[in-house]
Amino acid sequence: MTKANTQSATFMLLLRGGVSNRDLSAEQLQRQIERYLSWIEKLRRDGHFVAGEPLAETGKVLSGKNGSAVTDGPFTESKEEVGGYFIIRANDLEAAVELAKGCPIFGNDGTVEVRPIQQVPDA
Amino acid sequence: MPDEAEANVGRTVEHLFREEAGRIVAALTGILGLRHLELAEDALQEALLKALRQWSYGNLPPNPAAWLMQVAKNSALDVVRRDARLREKAEAIADALEKNPAFSTAPGTFMADEIRDDQLRLIFACCHPALAHEGQVALTLKTLCGFSVGEIARAFLSTTETIAKRLTRARDRLRKADVPFEIPSGLELSARLDSVLEVLYLLFNEGYNASHGGELIRRELCEEAIRLATLLTRNPACDTPKTHALLALFFFQAARLAARIDEAGEILLLKHQDRTRWNREMIAKGMAHLDRAAAGDEASPFHLQAGIASCHCLASRYEETDWARILSLYDLLVTTDASPVVALNRAVAVGKVRGAAAGLAALDEIRNREALQRYYLFYAARAELLAELGRNEEARSDYAQALSFTELAAERNYLMKRLRQFDIE
Repeated sequence: MTKANTQSATFMLLLRGGVSNRDLSAEQLQRQIERYLSWIEKLRRDGHFVAGEPLAETGKVLSGKNGSAVTDGPFTESKEEVGGYFIIRANDLEAAVELAKGCPIFGNDGTVEVRPIQQVPDA
Repeated sequence: MPDEAEANVGRTVEHLFREEAGRIVAALTGILGLRHLELAEDALQEALLKALRQWSYGNLPPNPAAWLMQVAKNSALDVVRRDARLREKAEAIADALEKNPAFSTAPGTFMADEIRDDQLRLIFACCHPALAHEGQVALTLKTLCGFSVGEIARAFLSTTETIAKRLTRARDRLRKADVPFEIPSGLELSARLDSVLEVLYLLFNEGYNASHGGELIRRELCEEAIRLATLLTRNPACDTPKTHALLALFFFQAARLAARIDEAGEILLLKHQDRTRWNREMIAKGMAHLDRAAAGDEASPFHLQAGIASCHCLASRYEETDWARILSLYDLLVTTDASPVVALNRAVAVGKVRGAAAGLAALDEIRNREALQRYYLFYAARAELLAELGRNEEARSDYAQALSFTELAAERNYLMKRLRQFDIE
């Protein structure tokens, strides 16, 4: 196995935007998806991939006492809405950022937020 | 050029979206009616964007095509229920959508024929004579090939605003002319099919001849023209010798597409092309269609052009070209096609068959045609014939003229080489 498997640090990539341009052709949209699939394939091959899932566009935000104030998602603009997430394994934040740079979302005006998943020490 | 990473992905079928786009818009239009063509287009776009949002995380549905169809259907239903003008009909439309097996998620539905015929109905609508040629071509690309407005603008060296207006105008015309969503029959069929073939011919030529728009989009235009013409042959009413003649022509031309461009991206003429790079499989397909084109007694311009193209494709070297046959086909073609380029090509064939003097005479007969005045190939052809006749001074002057009218590197190199040969002699 590749050495990436021994990397203990995990990172969450939060993807925002990247699908707002409506004037894309069928062929361009397919190629866009294929770019994601090959990026994921490469992450998998190199042992970085842990998980990845899209989030539905609907949702609720709870706040207030006992979560009594329930509103529809706070998202006013689709470019600020989290479209989905990936969890990847990498040596450190710099390495995770390098991997995130391969995300095809940048070709379509999106952003990626890279956040280390905090390991809480045992004692 | 697809980059390396893309070429590795085998999980989605090549051009799946493009082909599904036409199927989905056509199937939806079959239910919503041509008046609501744009609604069908929007529903498709919604489905494709949803696919981008959901599939980009690595998990594809087991049947991507059925998924797209289903999501487009739901998106159309949403709009129908929200639109005040449609609300009354909403339940009837919803019912039709639910019952239509095209939108069934059950595997193995045998609706292929019906969906294909919906696509043909849409082709006939987009190519309806009530629309201007440019509107026909744009609407065909948008609805049947899933092209974006921006792509159509790039392919036709136009702006997105112009193309968007053109599309709106075309859809309006369809509404005002109350164009039915059907495959024409009886006496009407032949003329309407001609109009479809004409549009596909324009589409292909735009891809084949244009020097703008980028290589990728031009190849796509050619591929789509071939796909739609092939679709026509699957329906008995449209499976005519003329349709096969057009397909034969497409395949003969497409077979040479790759060899037409040199490393620098410049267009190479027939005589300079590396014939080993011609696509043999496509030439064989062209021959098969040419056979079927010969079934009737009609010799349409497509038949003649396909015949000429076949002569070129069958010659393994330029010197082995069957010019006598090409000339006989051009003699027929010039009677129906007034294009100066056709006349020029005929004159070249005359020179090959009856000798340089006859070829020169044929060229001089057409030299006053406006379009040939600054056309480098006219002067290059004339120079060749003059050189053959030993009239070197005149030949040199025509080569120089030709050189002044072309920017193509391959051509310039060739012409300069010819010019240098005179200096040595």
